[in-house]
Amino acid sequence: MLSVLVFAASQLLPGDIGRNVLGPFASPNDVKALDHQLGVDRPIYVQYGAWIGKLAHGNLGMSLEYKVPVASLLGPSLVNSLKLAAVAFVLVVPLSIVGGVFAALRRGHWLDRLITLTGLSLTAVPEFISAIVLILIFGLLLNWLPVTAASPADADAVTQIRYLILPGLALVMVLFGYIARMARAGTIEALESDYTRTAFLKGLDTATVIRRHVLRNSLLPTIAVIATQMGYLIGGLVVIEKLFNYNGIGQRIYTAALNKDFTMLQSGVLVVGIVYLTATLLADILYSLLNPRIRYAGVE
Amino acid sequence: MTDRGAAPTLELKDLEVVYRVRGRDRQVVRGVSFTIAAGETYGLVGESGCGKSTTALAVVGYLASNGRIRGGSICVAGRDVVGLSNRALRHLRTNDVSMVYQNPAEALNPSIRIGEQVAEVFRVRGAGREEALERTLQALAKVQIADPGSVMARYPHQLSGGMQQRVVIAMALANDPGLLILDEPTTSLDATVEAEVLDLIQHLQAEFRTSVLFITHNLGVIAKMCERVGVLYAGRLVEEGPVSEVLKGPRHPYTVGLLRCVPRGGARKDRGRLDTIPGFLPSIDEELRACVFAPRCGLAQDICRATEPPLYQITEDHSSRCYFHERAQDLPRTTPPELGQPILVDRSKAPLLAVKELTKTFEQNGRRIHALEAVSAALWPGETLGLVGESGSGKTTFARAVLGLFAPTGGTVELDAHVLPPTLSRRTQADVRELQIVFQNPDSALNRRHAVRSILRRSLKKLAGISGAPAEERLLMLAGSVRLAERYLTVRPNQLSGGLKQRVAIARAFAGEPRLVVCDEPTSALDVSVQAAILNLLVDLQVQRWVAYLFISHDLGVVRYISDRIAVLYLGRLMEMGPAEVVFDGPHHPYTEALLSAVPTIDGGGRARIKLAGEIPSAAAPPTGCVFHTRCHRRIGAICDEKEPPLVEVGPGHLMRCHIPIEELRRLQAQPQEAAQVAGTKQPAA
Repeated sequence: MLSVLVFAASQLLPGDIGRNVLGPFASPNDVKALDHQLGVDRPIYVQYGAWIGKLAHGNLGMSLEYKVPVASLLGPSLVNSLKLAAVAFVLVVPLSIVGGVFAALRRGHWLDRLITLTGLSLTAVPEFISAIVLILIFGLLLNWLPVTAASPADADAVTQIRYLILPGLALVMVLFGYIARMARAGTIEALESDYTRTAFLKGLDTATVIRRHVLRNSLLPTIAVIATQMGYLIGGLVVIEKLFNYNGIGQRIYTAALNKDFTMLQSGVLVVGIVYLTATLLADILYSLLNPRIRYAGVE
Repeated sequence: MTDRGAAPTLELKDLEVVYRVRGRDRQVVRGVSFTIAAGETYGLVGESGCGKSTTALAVVGYLASNGRIRGGSICVAGRDVVGLSNRALRHLRTNDVSMVYQNPAEALNPSIRIGEQVAEVFRVRGAGREEALERTLQALAKVQIADPGSVMARYPHQLSGGMQQRVVIAMALANDPGLLILDEPTTSLDATVEAEVLDLIQHLQAEFRTSVLFITHNLGVIAKMCERVGVLYAGRLVEEGPVSEVLKGPRHPYTVGLLRCVPRGGARKDRGRLDTIPGFLPSIDEELRACVFAPRCGLAQDICRATEPPLYQITEDHSSRCYFHERAQDLPRTTPPELGQPILVDRSKAPLLAVKELTKTFEQNGRRIHALEAVSAALWPGETLGLVGESGSGKTTFARAVLGLFAPTGGTVELDAHVLPPTLSRRTQADVRELQIVFQNPDSALNRRHAVRSILRRSLKKLAGISGAPAEERLLMLAGSVRLAERYLTVRPNQLSGGLKQRVAIARAFAGEPRLVVCDEPTSALDVSVQAAILNLLVDLQVQRWVAYLFISHDLGVVRYISDRIAVLYLGRLMEMGPAEVVFDGPHHPYTEALLSAVPTIDGGGRARIKLAGEIPSAAAPPTGCVFHTRCHRRIGAICDEKEPPLVEVGPGHLMRCHIPIEELRRLQAQPQEAAQVAGTKQPAA
């Protein structure tokens, strides 16, 4: 399904592939010959069949632009993107959940307003602006962190993470408001529930009630939201990767689209799609593990 | 049971509770005082918004964050608990007071196993893990849960409502509290389950010698459970006294009115309207200086509107806050008792609705749920068929299949002798117009984004095909017929009270002059005084328009009041159907007999309780033979287990599905009940 969509979308892009590769001065015959060689003159369904057939064998094809196997370029980019996503994830999830839960516990208090308002404002600021502000402050003014994300080739893990903190922070600013708001809403709902009252009336102290009774139920919807953001974290970072000059999959796809490198483009989008689906699936599994009502739906 | 000598378990003195709304304090509890002696059960009764639950929450120190105790004192076991520190409050909750509230499904944490949740109560009192689990097992056995070990390993959603409430009660009694507060503990349960839970509470109370504050709107439950009762109105305790005195000889006009609203003692629509209480509960914005009930009271004089009446002591322990308490029972009726012309249903003609062998099977997780098994029924113009049975009996499935909300697996629905297409989308506009529904919850039935006027206009256009200027005229007539004042037409449903919303929902259903209206628990979410007004309205509309009702309710008093005939369903099968008086007066099907005996009545006494063994079996695997045999107290032998009895006519228009001959049932049911109670009854763990 996903592959059909990706394939159809790439067919919609303008331009004759052979003409693109060979340039405007090539003879029509040469273009035709290359088209034939690449197989793009065949009917669309035949092309799709051939593409899918190769995919099934793990063959992503050759990059039209670089004349090397797509996988050899896409692989490292994906790894890079996953690293950045991991750093952002590790930063944003605890931060926004703690923020959201804290806001819920102090509902109506100025701290709640502060957290909610900050989150909302940060979400509203486009990432290229917040990223530039971050670069200016931490990179140039304070000179604490490197302004590019790409670490030197032989850098160790710690250095790599150091390089990824700034772009990671930019992502935190985008996602914080969203996730924190979900965590806040979920917590408020749980706090007002009858079972929380039951827990308090058992004589449990507030900390125990929050830990054992509130959080368990309040963070369920938040998990689902985080999962839907995973796809964005891995595939949608064109702007951030560009700004920090980071060789991730977003930038790879972006370049491929500019260069009309169709095989690369198709594969890149497909990989992002698969990552997205996997993340969603994992989140669903996690969700059902945490929620007995779903886990045991079939039992009663 | 009651020990008046010792210090009272709970003593409220001039309790005043306010909620801060939009910068102002609004008073919800106004100087309430009462005491509960050790081992006593005290009932607190009143309609929604009268401050019952607020009073209870004040006792356990769990008012909403904008709530505050402004005055008075609350003493639990002789100690004032107002303004306790967090630590002292925790100690109070751990040791002295427990509370059970209405919806057990929400009172239990959905993601923690039952065992762990109950064990917490012991853990918080310092028990070790092993000991806590061991005591949990005992506590669950004490509330008569059959297999406590396996229940402990389950999650709340895997238990039935009755089981959940048992668990909550087990949790509440685990710390052996001096005071147990029950806030509408059985309101969301089926009558049979309610009866069992009430029995359990009585039994445990005798054992633990706990004092109970029992909050409910159900006067029947008060009559069954309590020794003394306080009647709360607009945050004021208007009458207090021994239950029998207050219910039989009320001395406050509000109590008198409340008692008159309840259809009971065999009240029926053809013997007259129910009385209602005019007007509305004062909003919490209003400052009340005089008698709180004066604006709605038929006895009110100038003095009632000028100064607050004192508390008159009528007998030693019966008091009333009314100047005219001696005349309270002369309270004039608000609604004239006479109806228009009584309807004479002519059953020799063709019926309006004929349902034939209606069957519905659902597929769920690969299992077949037999929700409805070949149910046939007919309905004539101007009559009401009441549908009764526990949840899961198929009442709602039947009504929805008639409406065409889903296609039945088998059988047909005929309207005026033509077969209706199975689903709504394939029915004609005329068919849709003639079959309408009023739901239990008007909140979700009405579009909250539209004003009442546009809701009704839309219905007129859709159902009656009227728009433009004539629609406005019809709209006013329609609103008038459900007694909805014109000023309400411009507001949105969420600004209306529950009763007014239900009037809008009824007007909507009647927009296209329907001939059959399905009423699915239309008054269950309403207070008794509002319920009475809605029932009167439905009866008036029936008399005027000869509309037929298919009326679903778990409240047997209500069903008896409004129904001409009654159908009793169990596990999707019709067990008994007949004229209302015959079904209620007997001889009944053993299941009907058990249902009737489960209902607590205001007048008390009446039938001995028949305990049904166990819970309603799963419709995925209904018992063989007679589906009721697993719980039947009159099972006669192997024939019940093996052969499903046919539905036979045992009297004029009276159908029954039982192997026992009707004469034998008549003889059995005339006897005192004692001997019949043994079958499969769980004995309480001593």
